[in-house]
Amino acid sequence: MSDRLKEKLQILADAAKYDVSCASSGSDRKNTGKGIGDTGSGICHSYTEDGRCVSLLKILLTNHCIYDCAFCVSRSSNDIKRAAFTVDEVVALTMNFYRRNYIEGLFLSSGIFKNADYTMERMLRIVKKLRLEENYNGYIHLKTIPGASPEMVTEAGLYADRMSINLEMPTESGLKMLAPEKSHEEVKRELGIIRNKSVELADERKMIKSAPAFVPAGQSTQIVVGATPETDMEVMHAADYFYKTYSLKRVYYSGYIPISHDARMPVMGSAPPVVRENRLYQTDWLMRFYAFEIRELLNNDHPNLDPEIDPKLSWALRNPGFFPVDINSAPYESILRVPGIGVYSAKKIAAARRFGKLHAWQLKKMGIAFNRARHFIRYADSPIQLNEKDPAVIRQTILEQSVSKFRPGQSGQLTLF
Amino acid sequence: MVTYLFDSTFPGLLTAIFESYAARQKEISLIPAAGYQPGLLDTAVTIFSDPEKARRVWDGLGKRIGASGRHEFYTAFLSESCEAWQHMFGYARYIFDYDGERAADYGNRHVLAISVYAKKVGRERHRMKAFVRFKRSADGLYAAVVEPDFNVLPLIAGHFRDRYADQRWLIFDKRRRYGIYYDLTSVQEVKIEPAPAGAFQVAAPAPMLADENDALYTSLWQEYFKSTNIKERANLKLHIQHVPRRYWKHLPEKDPG
Repeated sequence: MSDRLKEKLQILADAAKYDVSCASSGSDRKNTGKGIGDTGSGICHSYTEDGRCVSLLKILLTNHCIYDCAFCVSRSSNDIKRAAFTVDEVVALTMNFYRRNYIEGLFLSSGIFKNADYTMERMLRIVKKLRLEENYNGYIHLKTIPGASPEMVTEAGLYADRMSINLEMPTESGLKMLAPEKSHEEVKRELGIIRNKSVELADERKMIKSAPAFVPAGQSTQIVVGATPETDMEVMHAADYFYKTYSLKRVYYSGYIPISHDARMPVMGSAPPVVRENRLYQTDWLMRFYAFEIRELLNNDHPNLDPEIDPKLSWALRNPGFFPVDINSAPYESILRVPGIGVYSAKKIAAARRFGKLHAWQLKKMGIAFNRARHFIRYADSPIQLNEKDPAVIRQTILEQSVSKFRPGQSGQLTLF
Repeated sequence: MVTYLFDSTFPGLLTAIFESYAARQKEISLIPAAGYQPGLLDTAVTIFSDPEKARRVWDGLGKRIGASGRHEFYTAFLSESCEAWQHMFGYARYIFDYDGERAADYGNRHVLAISVYAKKVGRERHRMKAFVRFKRSADGLYAAVVEPDFNVLPLIAGHFRDRYADQRWLIFDKRRRYGIYYDLTSVQEVKIEPAPAGAFQVAAPAPMLADENDALYTSLWQEYFKSTNIKERANLKLHIQHVPRRYWKHLPEKDPG
């Protein structure tokens, strides 16, 4: 019995791992009535050997699926082992992992067996059992099954902290090419159901405190990059649209890992586009935390991100007129745009300069990447600069000084011979 | 310069701050009394922890820098670093000599140091929230052993009490030889003292009996950890950066056996 459970866990964790969402933060569920579990700022309990965070028990309910999406390992035409958990098995795994402090909660997805509502109903039974019978208040991320009825989706929202449904491909045409049975319209419809209900209940909560919490950690989606030929601009403009229209909490970018011999996609064995993925996340962060407009970073003149340097540095080099920024007098928003200065350091600078002008040694101690930032800032003891430096020279200097994790063959040590 | 010798406790440090005002001594070298080697020209004053004086300093700090500022101050203390303690002394003097606003003066070396130490300790606190691994015993106790870099158990007690309200648990700091125990009502500190020499030796307690299902869930966890990894994306350097080797021995998923 335990051997079969172990095998199921292997199959259904393996099939779920391409969904990269791992967030366990953003909810505010408290442990009520001396039950078990709560949610807060999110904890990564471990990291896999590929460096990704393990915070949730991320599994499929089943990898049986009626759909045949070319990019998916569980597609119906794929000859793989199939398995399905029972409701009780998922509940027992979640509770026993949670009680041992292995995880922050459950991430439950599923292949679609029979039809959408049949699948969604099973998933709903699991989350209801956890919440109502086990008195479990830990995190639950539930995938919305495309095509599930609004009633079912809305009910699930009463028990889940986060719900998500994946766009999969950045554009409708890309999706149609690889998954003819799916559409972005369907994703929009499901995202819209949750969004509208959230707004409705938030209004209600303003008047009635006891109105039920509804998907408190919000919605997210995932875009697979590198399977289809979209530009970075197309990817990020899609992300921007979904952030704004559906108030998403997160968009995840998943570098495509070839899992099938399909002439429409990259060949098996080719490396996943990890650098590109990293640059997309950096762009996403600039949009959400650094007040950049997506058009500043990606536009028709620059449809793709520079793999060699990060998008913030890239923007700075394209806009020399914006610099130098005076650390001691520029507005906070401008300091935030300096390459090498992050949100925390920018806040420290803004707070500290009220008490006296800041010098190089203080900026270094505050933890900014001084070697990078120094090309773009003025401070109390900055050296006199007669003429502005050429962006190409700055780029070269920074590239020579920095050790990039992405450039192959660079050990970070000087070669003597 | 005058040297203050204190007992390495938090009230002791607060008392030292009080005494420096009482004696009108501003430039102080603050040193733990244990292991102190008197120098030729030192004037050493021994500080005796005084709860009343400590409370007055603590209240005074609270008025000036608020609860969160004070918590950061206390967090820096748990770094167990003499250098951090010296900075805490300088920081408190700076706040009292000017005002609470100065807590944001990151251009000042003491203020910056407090935030840096608090961040270091805060990172370890966060790690311990993540890396505690309970084993369930036959009588339903969930027990874990940890060896944190800093003394962070006081900072995680509330988190575990709120989260695991319906199970008895024990988290034991092997390096500092004390633990925190939750008995379904409240969290208490527990100590394991070595028996004094010559004392009557009682037989050691029988090793804790593991719950019959505990091995199963440990192995399921190990299996899950393997299955959720994507081999094509292997990045061991990043893995080790997030889960440094010194923590591996208490993590079942990293256990080679």
